[in-house]
Amino acid sequence: MCMGKMTYAQAINQTLRQMLEADGSVFLMGQGVTSPWYVGTTTAGLIDSFGPERIIDTPVSENAVSGTAVGAALAGMRPVLVHPRMDFMYYAMDQIVNHAANWYYMFGGQVSVPLTVWAIINRGGEQAAQHSQALQMLFAHIPGLKVVMPSTPYDAKGLLVAAVRDDNPVVYVDDRWLYNVEGDVPEEIYSVPIGKGVMRRSGSDLTIVAASYMVIEAMKAAEQLGREGVSAEVIDLRSLKPLDEELLLGSVHKTGRLVVADGTWRTGGMSAGISAIVAEKAFASLKAPVGRVTLPDAPAPASCVLEKLYYPGAEDIVMAARKVVAAS
Amino acid sequence: MVSKLRAGGEDKAVTGDAVQSGAAVGISPAALRGMHITMLRIRRFEERVAELLRDEIKCPTHLYTGQEAVAAGVCANLRDDDYVFSTHRSHGHYIAKGGDLKALMAELYGKATGCSRGRGGSMHLACLEKGLPGSSAIVGGTIPLAVGTALASSLRGVDTVSVAFFGDGAVNEGIWYESVNFAALKRLPVVFICENNLYSTHMPVSACLADTNIYRKAEAFCIPGVQVDGNDALAVYRAAELAVESARQSEGPTLIECLTYRWRGHVGPNFDLEKGLRNREELASWQARCPIETLERLLSEQDMLSVADRKRIYKDIEREIDEAIAFARQSPYPDQSELLANVFKV
Repeated sequence: MCMGKMTYAQAINQTLRQMLEADGSVFLMGQGVTSPWYVGTTTAGLIDSFGPERIIDTPVSENAVSGTAVGAALAGMRPVLVHPRMDFMYYAMDQIVNHAANWYYMFGGQVSVPLTVWAIINRGGEQAAQHSQALQMLFAHIPGLKVVMPSTPYDAKGLLVAAVRDDNPVVYVDDRWLYNVEGDVPEEIYSVPIGKGVMRRSGSDLTIVAASYMVIEAMKAAEQLGREGVSAEVIDLRSLKPLDEELLLGSVHKTGRLVVADGTWRTGGMSAGISAIVAEKAFASLKAPVGRVTLPDAPAPASCVLEKLYYPGAEDIVMAARKVVAAS
Repeated sequence: MVSKLRAGGEDKAVTGDAVQSGAAVGISPAALRGMHITMLRIRRFEERVAELLRDEIKCPTHLYTGQEAVAAGVCANLRDDDYVFSTHRSHGHYIAKGGDLKALMAELYGKATGCSRGRGGSMHLACLEKGLPGSSAIVGGTIPLAVGTALASSLRGVDTVSVAFFGDGAVNEGIWYESVNFAALKRLPVVFICENNLYSTHMPVSACLADTNIYRKAEAFCIPGVQVDGNDALAVYRAAELAVESARQSEGPTLIECLTYRWRGHVGPNFDLEKGLRNREELASWQARCPIETLERLLSEQDMLSVADRKRIYKDIEREIDEAIAFARQSPYPDQSELLANVFKV
């Protein structure tokens, strides 16, 4: 296996290039795919290799452009539709939810929508409430949508391949805070199964479950907890829907303690859903109440002073873990 | 009533005026007879559905009665592999594109043999082998889908054409403008058919649109915009023929506004005159311009429809509908164990 070190953004770029080369039905479409800033460096050079027919930069018509991608998918194409900020996707909700997500079921399983909706979280930098949102749970709530959130360059590639090959609409969420993370990425095309999480670190006292960028913070927290004599296991969900319940529950059965490190809002967010599953299916294993680290139920602020408070990190996870350990 | 506008000044289209004065010149007898049968199948099917809605059919059903010339006139120009996207009022498009009546009736009954396996109901009809990938109950929702299948045709280099049917109400949606602009920008092979039946559910079009001449909006996108008498199958046919051919030749989209009228209420079998939204005279004036009677008169004048022919056609269609109803009644409901099947394709 030929392995190379590359960044998360480079992994996405390589994957898009390879999928476009491998499959003539794949094309990339969305706002800013030829722009130097909208999508970072993830689409660099694609327009030169594949031309404007397959690398379609679009006007700011999120709803119609999303619907166009859905229509192309209905005709058997495999579009990758990018929304360079999740905040802009509210305009596209009707096409993604009412149309893409419902279509296969609504017509009795006759025609599916093999669409990848590439949704980018682009927060921080004093961008405020309309350029910072992480909406993965809105999509995870919808029947008919799969939602994946890779945290490593390896998974960024493998899950993007899986999303493009999937016959259903898959919302592929990445976080620009991950774009410079480096890791080993095989040269060849491979896929990471949708719906399967992975244990990033084994531990015996406490489970920290996270996805996407929060996995980075969870790993830092686990290091710190180790220095404090608490052995933390870190579960990277990778897919929010379908969710790898087996991995989650297995870990909780083992450690008896759970902290959810969540990049979404507190009410009805990822931590709420995971806490419910654990309460329902692993209640007897719990030695202490579940700890939740989330965004507060507030819009993102602009000022860097407030921003720092707004986004939780390793220190918040450590504090939540200490509390869970102390309660048992 | 018929006018047209072609951006860029070039006027190569035959207008509806020629149709009204020159009758059926240039349209093949087979196409004329085909449109007649299509319109009758839609009309009679829905008249029977209207009866069945009182007891047997439970799903919300939006009848197309009075608008048949639009679906028939447009779809007579399409091949099986051309795509048609429809709306909540979808029976007419489904039938005109060649969808099976038994599967349609079974769908209205919520049966497993329905064209959407009983998961869609009246508003969600599909028939893949006839180029119907599905209809949507969200106003304006399928317009970009037609743009998308057109994009797929363009990327693949095939000459299939996509058609989006929608009502005047959809022209109030932002997605209409976004979709028409994108299709025009990329010169995609799509035809936009606006069925202006003068009402958006209960709202008259004049209460919704600042400019009720919908076809004129085409000018803003530099594409041809045509307004035709939507109760005249020949006028619709001619306008659609040009638009479809233009799309097939990669010359880009066309907007056709068909002025027509739905006889019954927005939803269900009733005429809803007592609801005070429109008056009896208005309905009567449009019924006097019944698209089917108009075409039948013309066919008779041209010796293309004898009394015996007409009788036979009506009888055949009635038998076909009887069979469809019997099929729907006898068909099984979806198995309860399949409630959660097909959320995802596996």
